[in-house]
Amino acid sequence: MTASALAIELAYWQQTTLRTLGVLVAVLLPAGTLVYVFLFKMMSFMQSRLGPMEAGPYGSMQLLAEVGKWIQKEDIVPWRADRKLFAMAPYIVVASVFLVLAGVPFGPDAWFTNLDVGIFYILAVSSISVLGILIAGWSSANKYSLLGGLRAAGQLIAYELPMVLAVVGVVIQAGTLNMQGIVAAQAEGEIFGNGLIGNPFIFTQCIGFFIFLVAMQAELTQTPFDMPIAESELVSGYMTEYSGMRFLLFFIAEFASAGAFAAVAATLFLGGWALPGVDLDANYMNVVGPIVVLVKIMFISFLVFWVRFTYPRFREDQLQQLAWKILIPLSLVNILATMALKVAF
Amino acid sequence: MPKTPGLVKGLGVTLKTMGKTMFPARGIKTLIPAPSKGAATVQYPHEKEAPASRSRGVIALKEENCTVCMLCARSCPDWCIYIEGHKDTAPPRRPGGKPRTVSKLDRFDIDYALCMYCGICVEVCPFDALFWSPEYEYSELRLADLLHDKERLGEWMETVPDFEPYEAGSEQKVRKVPR
Repeated sequence: MTASALAIELAYWQQTTLRTLGVLVAVLLPAGTLVYVFLFKMMSFMQSRLGPMEAGPYGSMQLLAEVGKWIQKEDIVPWRADRKLFAMAPYIVVASVFLVLAGVPFGPDAWFTNLDVGIFYILAVSSISVLGILIAGWSSANKYSLLGGLRAAGQLIAYELPMVLAVVGVVIQAGTLNMQGIVAAQAEGEIFGNGLIGNPFIFTQCIGFFIFLVAMQAELTQTPFDMPIAESELVSGYMTEYSGMRFLLFFIAEFASAGAFAAVAATLFLGGWALPGVDLDANYMNVVGPIVVLVKIMFISFLVFWVRFTYPRFREDQLQQLAWKILIPLSLVNILATMALKVAF
Repeated sequence: MPKTPGLVKGLGVTLKTMGKTMFPARGIKTLIPAPSKGAATVQYPHEKEAPASRSRGVIALKEENCTVCMLCARSCPDWCIYIEGHKDTAPPRRPGGKPRTVSKLDRFDIDYALCMYCGICVEVCPFDALFWSPEYEYSELRLADLLHDKERLGEWMETVPDFEPYEAGSEQKVRKVPR
């Protein structure tokens, strides 16, 4: 692609079509990549084994084979289940992932929506998935599902707070809720008067970044916080009664939301799609930007899955204590410190 | 020097294992990823791992040694050994003697769909007719085909390894596998 091709002015409907296709790609591509690179390969290597090796070179087509298998499976609905809600739940969870990604910018013009209250919107829609999970747990007519759903609700609500509070620090420093504004604030910022790499907020907001990562791990119900699924206690939590296509949707949502949250974290703390020393309005950033974001997504997901494959599960009370007694006070202190420094400088 | 927290140490362990699996080579080749060499596992149908010589793969039968005493069938917790036999006469050992009565084995089946590999039949056999073999590739497409007869059990006699010598100073004589 040449620079002149990128400078084409697209009609509104063309842009809309591109963005609709783009959000599909943005959800499914990172999800598939994360599953293959981390769940299949990195986890295997960390356990001194090879993982899937048969389908395609180094098992790279394994995911396609599994998706094919899931689609073929019988769609089982328990006799006592609330059929409508049971069918609806996975779609709600997947929809929440799509809505989160819709707020993340991938380039100066490569965005799905550019809201003034971008990060507020993202945090708001990300909690819709709790509803889907709760509905799944309730409608399955299964005690394990119900317990898993309730645990998920308790956990996601507890960790929503530190996550929001960690983001507040970034918002104060950037002075805007707009995602593009946050990217610009990082790209144009200076560290001690040195603007060479801009000012990614990971340096000034390192406590916020840490809190955001922990809360993200809990929001994604990845392992140290996987009580909602807890296969040794609850069979498979709220997913117990799901099979075939609907299970596949939950599975996609799990990894796509990992990608989505990683994209949000990359935008908030690692500088988003911007590259140091590059004009923020350059047209080619619409192509380079998504790649930059993808690299940052991979880095943050690496941290998430590294932790996931290392630690055993918390106990339920330890989980709540970590959120309410450590993370929330810490993030409040972080906000106060950010406020004081913002006023001082 | 403060102690490294266990949480950090754990992250180090998993990362190190990943490194060892991906880059097992030493020296200049370290940078070439070779996970198939670094992994502790074996890609089964393509490469096979030799089982330990005393592993309990399958039970082999030395038909000539069997006297149809039924001890194995009676001691089997699953009742998965089926034995039938009949009395037969054999010519006398010495000329002028009385013809001997011997038990002939008609049927000796082990149902491996039921067998739980406890090895009591091998332990209990007083005539050295049953042995453990490390052979393990005898899966079947139908459950009923796992009932193996005395010909099949006899074939596995070839795969039975020799008994290992006892430790030094043992009075016990080393048993021999009849072949």
